[in-house]
Amino acid sequence: MQTFFIVAILGLGFLITFQIAKASEYVAVLRGEEKARKQTNKVNAFMLLAFLIIGMIGVYYCNEKLKGKILGEPASDHGILVDRMLYITIALTGIVFVITQICLFWFAYKYQESDKRKAYYYPHNNKLELIWTVIPAITLTVLVGFGIFYWYKITGKAPENAMIVEVTGKQFGWEFRYPGKDGVLGKKYFKNVSPEKNNPAGQLWEDKYNHDDVFMEQEMHLVVNKPVKLVINAKDVIHDVGLAHFRMKMDAVPGTPTTMWFTPTFTTKQMIEKTGKPDFVYEISCDQMCGKGHYSMRGVIVVETQEEFDAWLAAKKPQYLVANPDKDPAAVKTDTLNKVAAVIN
Amino acid sequence: MDLWIVSMALFVVSSLLGGLNYISTILNLRTKGMSMTRLPLTIWAMFFTAVLGVLSFPVLLSGLILLLFDRNLGTSFYLSDIVVNGEILPNEGGSAILFQHLFWFLGHPEVYIILLPAMGMVSEILSVNSRKPIFGYMAMLGSLFAITILAFLVWAHHMFVTGLNPFLGSIFVLLTLLIAVPSAIKVFNWLTTLWRGNIRFTPATLFAIGFVSLFISGGLTGIFLGNSTIDIHLHDTMFVVAHFHIVMGVASFFGMFAGVYHWFPKMFGRYLNSTLGYIHFWVTMIGSYLIFWPMHYQGLAGIPRRYLDKRGWVSFNDFPELDKMITIVSIIVFAMQLMFVFNFIYSIFKGRKVTSTNPWGANTLEWTTPIRPGHGNWPGEIPEVHRWPYDYSKDGREFIPQTEPIGENESKH
Repeated sequence: MQTFFIVAILGLGFLITFQIAKASEYVAVLRGEEKARKQTNKVNAFMLLAFLIIGMIGVYYCNEKLKGKILGEPASDHGILVDRMLYITIALTGIVFVITQICLFWFAYKYQESDKRKAYYYPHNNKLELIWTVIPAITLTVLVGFGIFYWYKITGKAPENAMIVEVTGKQFGWEFRYPGKDGVLGKKYFKNVSPEKNNPAGQLWEDKYNHDDVFMEQEMHLVVNKPVKLVINAKDVIHDVGLAHFRMKMDAVPGTPTTMWFTPTFTTKQMIEKTGKPDFVYEISCDQMCGKGHYSMRGVIVVETQEEFDAWLAAKKPQYLVANPDKDPAAVKTDTLNKVAAVIN
Repeated sequence: MDLWIVSMALFVVSSLLGGLNYISTILNLRTKGMSMTRLPLTIWAMFFTAVLGVLSFPVLLSGLILLLFDRNLGTSFYLSDIVVNGEILPNEGGSAILFQHLFWFLGHPEVYIILLPAMGMVSEILSVNSRKPIFGYMAMLGSLFAITILAFLVWAHHMFVTGLNPFLGSIFVLLTLLIAVPSAIKVFNWLTTLWRGNIRFTPATLFAIGFVSLFISGGLTGIFLGNSTIDIHLHDTMFVVAHFHIVMGVASFFGMFAGVYHWFPKMFGRYLNSTLGYIHFWVTMIGSYLIFWPMHYQGLAGIPRRYLDKRGWVSFNDFPELDKMITIVSIIVFAMQLMFVFNFIYSIFKGRKVTSTNPWGANTLEWTTPIRPGHGNWPGEIPEVHRWPYDYSKDGREFIPQTEPIGENESKH
């Protein structure tokens, strides 16, 4: 019913607009085409000026209304650089935007057709061309300079003390692997992937480094003010680790591991206070179209203090022991105890 | 998918042949006196467009052929380490990023393939209707040329966050932002063309002015995205959607509309209904800004593009009213385009008839043909060209067609 109404209203609008348009043509013929044309010319010139003024007010209004909903304080050290670059660019392009748009619409209004005016024959002026080649070139040099300087800072080598977390994207969720006490991620091979055998990451159990690696899904924990280096993989198609609050982003590509590093500067609790949202969490969004469930490919990051993090990680069992329960000293112990108990009974 | 690849291949072949046709026609079939620097800018733009297409489309074709091999012949050009839905694919050693390189090597020039003809038409239409020569013909030409060259050297700015080597990234930042210089030259020249003109606001003129406005807005946001530092945050967000819809989508469409309204009388011997044209322009112009301007803010908030439902998110759930507004406006603007299509078809048969060969008072050759040109365009001899196409308001005369010999006392330009 609703669709029918929308279609009917659109159809009616069509018909009315068309009739008006047709009638206006007849009116123009009756009133004398030249006179009607001049009239329309004036109306349109005025509309262009009005568009400029209302448009600029609209830009201001839009900014007032929406500026509270964007960005917020960046939650990582790199985020500060990104935001600074952003504000430099907004300032420079903002000036250019206002000047050129005003010139465009003002000229259009001011130099509308008039019987009194003759257009000015002005085919070229090399000095002017030179000016507006050099000024943009200098401005852009500044932007490129800042941009590349920050870019190298952000993409440069991760600090030595950075903790390592492996992030793997799959349709449609996230998997994480922590390297455990040894600080080294064990080797893995995609043909070993087997959720049935409790080996969803495809780890090679022969590799000693794998024995203390902890595997988990959907939720990642990080330590505040401690640099973290993410090693990013994808299982099936290209995904993207998008971290809006940290202002970081990196594609997850099957077959080609990528990396990024940053230092979270606020814990989740601090961000709840800062944003005033009681349900605030850092979210990982998939930013690269990856299939039907792309919009729901959400992961959560908890940023906490070192003590909280240690306690959280200590409670997790390495995947090696999950996949090979016979190697689990705790399990073997309980097993023996059970046997002993059975004998006693 | 295989059918899509085959149809893309056919499309590439046809655009290659079409492009070669444009290039050879423009180089070899100019009339007597029509030197390269007397060509209207529309033709120059079409020429550079054809060059871009001919040089970049084959790369896409090769990429598609490799894709066809991967899908049907068991090769691994793009595939490695893949587990889909629990199924382990045998492929190893390929790179998915290779496809992105091959795609964007066409993909970026393609943006200019779409935009350059619009720039050419807008230059012509602004000049004709402000009754002034285009300002800085040679600079316009030079900037078209510079854009054509740079168009091949910026493709990896779509790939800053694919794990690209940061050094390579920085080179592409430099080359990408460099393209803003010729773009700025073009904008300033259009503004100067309007300055001290005597402007007639036909629907074509309005669309041309709209093009310049949108090109400025969309071009400036390109400076954000071309800067890899900012791109880390804005990549694949609504900001990108806003940027390229304004600059490549709406602006190019505006150029095309300007061209259609301007040359329709030549094509069909009848005018488009201009009242509908004005309504079409104003609704589309206001609507486009309403749709795409606020999207920049969504992008700054980090909202990824291609999300059909944001209710599951804490960070991206702040703009439900805005989304609603954008949806309604885009339905209205789309309906307006249907109105244009209707106007187009209706006017072919029932439009107001053109009564003079040169209704806009333009200098270029097409307006010296009869209202309904027959085969070969001119009934008798092909005309000879004696001057550049932009002698408007020169020596007290409103316009001097290209076919008119240079007078004895005429001032030089």
